[in-house]
Amino acid sequence: MSMSHQITAGFMPLFDSAVLVAASELGFAAREDIELTLHRETSWANIRDRIAIGHFDLAHMLGPMPLACNLGLTPLASETIVPFSLGLGGNCVTISNAVWAGMAAHGAQPDLDPARAGAALRAFIRDRAAARREPLRFAVVHPHSGHNYELRYWLAACGIDPDREIEIVIVPPPFMADALATGRIDGYCVGEPWNSAAVAAGTGHIVTVKAQIWRNSPEKVIGVRKAWADEKPEALAALLRALHHSARWCQDPANHAELAAVMAQARFLGLPPAVQMPILTGHLRLGGGAELDVDDFFLPFDKAANFPWKSHALWFYTQMVRWGHVAHTPDNLAIARDCYRPDLYRSALKPLGVALPGANAKVEGALKVATAVGATGAGLVLGPDGFFDGQIFDPDEIDTYIARQKSARTEA
Amino acid sequence: MATFLSRTWLCRIAQFRDLPHNAGMVRSSLAVLVIDENRIRASIIEAGLREAGHQLVTVIHDVTGIARRIAEIEPDVIVIDLENPNRDMLENMFQLSRAVKRPIAMFVDRSDQASIEAAVDAGVSAYVVDGLRQERVKPILDMAVSRFNAFSRMARELEEARSELESRKVIDRAKGILMKSRGLSEEAAYTLLRKTAMNQNRKISDIAQSLVTAAGLLGPAEDE
Repeated sequence: MSMSHQITAGFMPLFDSAVLVAASELGFAAREDIELTLHRETSWANIRDRIAIGHFDLAHMLGPMPLACNLGLTPLASETIVPFSLGLGGNCVTISNAVWAGMAAHGAQPDLDPARAGAALRAFIRDRAAARREPLRFAVVHPHSGHNYELRYWLAACGIDPDREIEIVIVPPPFMADALATGRIDGYCVGEPWNSAAVAAGTGHIVTVKAQIWRNSPEKVIGVRKAWADEKPEALAALLRALHHSARWCQDPANHAELAAVMAQARFLGLPPAVQMPILTGHLRLGGGAELDVDDFFLPFDKAANFPWKSHALWFYTQMVRWGHVAHTPDNLAIARDCYRPDLYRSALKPLGVALPGANAKVEGALKVATAVGATGAGLVLGPDGFFDGQIFDPDEIDTYIARQKSARTEA
Repeated sequence: MATFLSRTWLCRIAQFRDLPHNAGMVRSSLAVLVIDENRIRASIIEAGLREAGHQLVTVIHDVTGIARRIAEIEPDVIVIDLENPNRDMLENMFQLSRAVKRPIAMFVDRSDQASIEAAVDAGVSAYVVDGLRQERVKPILDMAVSRFNAFSRMARELEEARSELESRKVIDRAKGILMKSRGLSEEAAYTLLRKTAMNQNRKISDIAQSLVTAAGLLGPAEDE
């Protein structure tokens, strides 16, 4: 039997592709009359190339990646839009045992507190600099990634210059734990299960998490080739509904065991189901016997996790500017503003009568506690969405935010 | 198809389009670096490059310490297989590393969408240093694409031959089971398998496999 819509999508073997994978494997796509074909890829560069030449209509992407494509920061690119976010949170910062020992000597505690961990890391880095030792080397998965920007944000807010006082390199996620164990890197920021993997191997400590650096912050998204979205608006809307149902299913603890088993299959992650549990429960082993439950560690659905907030895209844009990836110009700002498409999300989901945010952007960091907000349809709870250093990002005051971060850096 | 090249990268490509022949280049032969974890495929590419007159060819299977190697080799063209999970690391290094003295950009001839597609289809990508003329790189990419395709074809044929052999073995076992349990001749056993396959619209080897599995489950008697 042939379906009304044929959609081809790429994904990387990471847990946060779960909503896309479950849409295909648990029949949510089929129920919307979509034949969804998934292709596993080995690099973000391949995803970008295959989207550009039309092999894929859409893909699991790093949140800042579609911005990088549209802003001209990548060699081969097609205009890419984001009508759906695949979840909030999910990453950790993991360091070697040697760095942990150095930080512990400066007061680090196994509590994931970004400020305390950052202060201890800064003191340790200054010790090393005084002893004329090589700068520490951290790894992230891609320059245009939430990982890179949240690691840099955390370090900078703790008084560590990520360009001058440490080195940041790129390592593919599955190789992170091994690179740490063999001393090629001293720490990294990556999604699960690659942090728990180092802890389980006894070669790393989790020192802080994305969910505490910036509460309920954006991570992976669905990036869609704009030309395809323009040509097939009905197929896209049907897919967004399928992803919505899939995300709701993924969030429900009653389905976690089944989801872990689906993701464990060789054609998805190829890792045992038990390895997927920390990201689903938020119960993390930090190393050295410490364990902690992290609130909102990874949300595939709750708290409007799938809504493509323009303020999320714009925050990524400010960090691209901050670290010299792109110049802040009115044209570039306009490109960044147009990349995430809450209008497409809203129009696709409207027939379902579900809770939808009324605004396209929000002031990030304004919600100190979980808050019920005005929305169409049923009730909606957002946040907290605070940055650990108490800063606020108001997307209407972007120039001020960029200028403030620039001057903070010059003074340091 | 709305593929467009980003402005930054277009500028780079424009730069080397406008350069006069061999501007700033001393050596006449291009230094080519092939990065491929598949040793057999890498040596096929290397042989092709040498046959085409490229003497400065280096092959790397493992990207550990690659920044230092690139500094030593100073390649003009880098050919990478798309299965390599280190592509993101390499692209980042080409743009940022101090070890890379000349900027390296992905080879994309925007006038030739078909060649980009052919390269991705074949599973290969090429990067070139700033200042190199497109017509000098194109033959290298074309050669890599055709050798990658030849390799895939060879691998596919090997796989087909292997699975053909496997099916023949399983059909022989199924015939044996039928001959023993139903007292059929070899020919009659095969005819029965073929008829069942036709009726169920399945392959003979699939029917044979089901029979062998079922026999294994039902009793040790049929176990060989």
